[in-house]
Amino acid sequence: MATQAAAQAVSGADLKVGTDVMIELSNVNKWYGQFHVLKDINLTIYKGERIVVCGPSGSGKSTMIRCINRLEEHQRGKIAVEGVELTHDLKNIEQVRREVGMVFQHFNLFPHLTVLENLTLAPIWVRKMPKKEADEVAMHYLQRVRIPEQAKKYPGQLSGGQQQRVAIARSLCMNPKVMLFDEPTSALDPEMIKEVLEVMIELARSGMTMLCVTHEMGFARTVANRVIFMDRGEIIEQNTPEEFFNHPKSDRTKMFLSQILHH
Amino acid sequence: MTDIPAQDDLVPGNRPSLPPPITETGIIGWLRHNLFSTWFDAILTVLALVVIYLVVPPFVDWAILHATWAFPPDVANGTRGAQFSDCSADTGACWIFIRARLPQFFYGFYPEAERWRVNIVLIMLAVSIYGLLADRIKNKKPFAWFFFAIFPVLAFWLLIGGLGLEIVPTRLWGGFMLSVIISSVGIVFSLPLGILLALGRRSKLPILHMLCVVFIEFARGVPLISILFMSNVLLPLFLPQGVSLDILLRILLGVTLFSAAYMAEVVRGGLQALGKGQYEGAMAVGLSYWQTTRFIIMPQALRIAIPSIVNNFIGLAQDTTLVAIVGLYDFLNIVRAGSRDSKWIGTEMEGYVFCAVVYFICCFAMSRYSMYLERKLHTGHKKR
Repeated sequence: MATQAAAQAVSGADLKVGTDVMIELSNVNKWYGQFHVLKDINLTIYKGERIVVCGPSGSGKSTMIRCINRLEEHQRGKIAVEGVELTHDLKNIEQVRREVGMVFQHFNLFPHLTVLENLTLAPIWVRKMPKKEADEVAMHYLQRVRIPEQAKKYPGQLSGGQQQRVAIARSLCMNPKVMLFDEPTSALDPEMIKEVLEVMIELARSGMTMLCVTHEMGFARTVANRVIFMDRGEIIEQNTPEEFFNHPKSDRTKMFLSQILHH
Repeated sequence: MTDIPAQDDLVPGNRPSLPPPITETGIIGWLRHNLFSTWFDAILTVLALVVIYLVVPPFVDWAILHATWAFPPDVANGTRGAQFSDCSADTGACWIFIRARLPQFFYGFYPEAERWRVNIVLIMLAVSIYGLLADRIKNKKPFAWFFFAIFPVLAFWLLIGGLGLEIVPTRLWGGFMLSVIISSVGIVFSLPLGILLALGRRSKLPILHMLCVVFIEFARGVPLISILFMSNVLLPLFLPQGVSLDILLRILLGVTLFSAAYMAEVVRGGLQALGKGQYEGAMAVGLSYWQTTRFIIMPQALRIAIPSIVNNFIGLAQDTTLVAIVGLYDFLNIVRAGSRDSKWIGTEMEGYVFCAVVYFICCFAMSRYSMYLERKLHTGHKKR
């Protein structure tokens, strides 16, 4: 009985919120030379899900989400985003990247362009949007991340929290169907984490499908519908936040939680 | 009770500051700090003063005070040509040599009646460079179109001739004009070529990568002189019979390819200075390879590489003097040839000094512009 529940929890099938499959990873394997970073990852993400991925460093969580928009290549298994499979075909890769937004730990803004230019570059050149429209879209999202007054500045003139919010707005300008967050608050000072998390929470409430690698457990409790724990390249456990935090099943999860919750 | 001094008086900053000691300010202070701060500095200062005293006054004496600047009256009114003996017999410089030969130094052997064509080309060159570089001109597009699309064709036609203009073969080209042509062709073509080579060298496609590495390493491993010899002597052997490339064209090709290899390495240095994050940020928003290169990578990499790029440009401009070795009369060579003319024996010094001044003005201008450009483009961290 208990084992059955655990098995169900690991498959995560009972946790879906929508019915449309957004991202599907099946038997994904990846190696860095001899090092096996991802071991038989199976994960189905449905539309509208907010998933938090956690785990010790080196567990492969960043690698996994970077495989989803092909910043990293997987060597075996299948990854498909909205039915488009990621292969060596550049067309597919570009199609997936257009629909998948990504926010990085170190923002990766373009320092030689103004905030507004950072936001409009991809819509203009990838989506072929007229400049005027792109500017309007950009200002709309800058308003949503609450820094419209910084549009004419360069990224280097903003604080870390502001830069990360610009990065989120930059992704949103492409009107993505999924947002990937790769430790978005890890490089920020504590007082700036809050402003970024607020924006992310708002985004989750708007119904965006989100996959976040983060150690912000408060965020996981507030908005996630599913928490995934990874260790040594494997998905060890996944469950709703309440179950995950209150009744962790595997010993590794318990140990990880005790480390990050009582440090 | 004795008076305790008012507390306020003891607080730092509440009393007026004393003036700094006289030895730290004014001329004396400056001298102490900059020229005589240690005994070693003092020795260097004295030595430098001695050298300046030994070199500068005699040079000023020679180049200005005792120099001959004006033509004698019969030369000025055109009854006869000038020559070395028109210069005063004492030890001054004979600048009338430069005056008399200036047109030739500038145009080489280009026929006098056709020199207006060269003037037009050089004026167009100057105007488009100004249009492309000057800040006050906001709309650079027409200048860029003109410079990269129309100007090369127009300049080629005007200089060579044909289509109604008298044909001037390239062996008559020479002087400053030839140096400017070789330098600008080298500069304009070697940068884009170098960028492509640098991208190729970083490419993951094995054959492309190999080709670029081989080319770059070959061109860098061989002195320019031997490349010039090769393009002069060897290249015709590889061409099918009956096809002959103009010697100037061969030299231009050699100079451009040589300089492109160096440019590639400089650009590669700029590319390496960029973090992986910039590529990932660009890829994640869906930009293609070429879009990423054009909008994200190159603007930053080139900005980092500006000092080295301009350094290469300056080197290239000066290396054009090497074309003398295959028999072209570039600026330096034609001045040298001029001072060997039997009428002007004894004017080598004047010729070299003149060349040095002209080269210095051109290269120094480039260097100043690059410094200005660096400051202007420094947006990465602050400013504007």
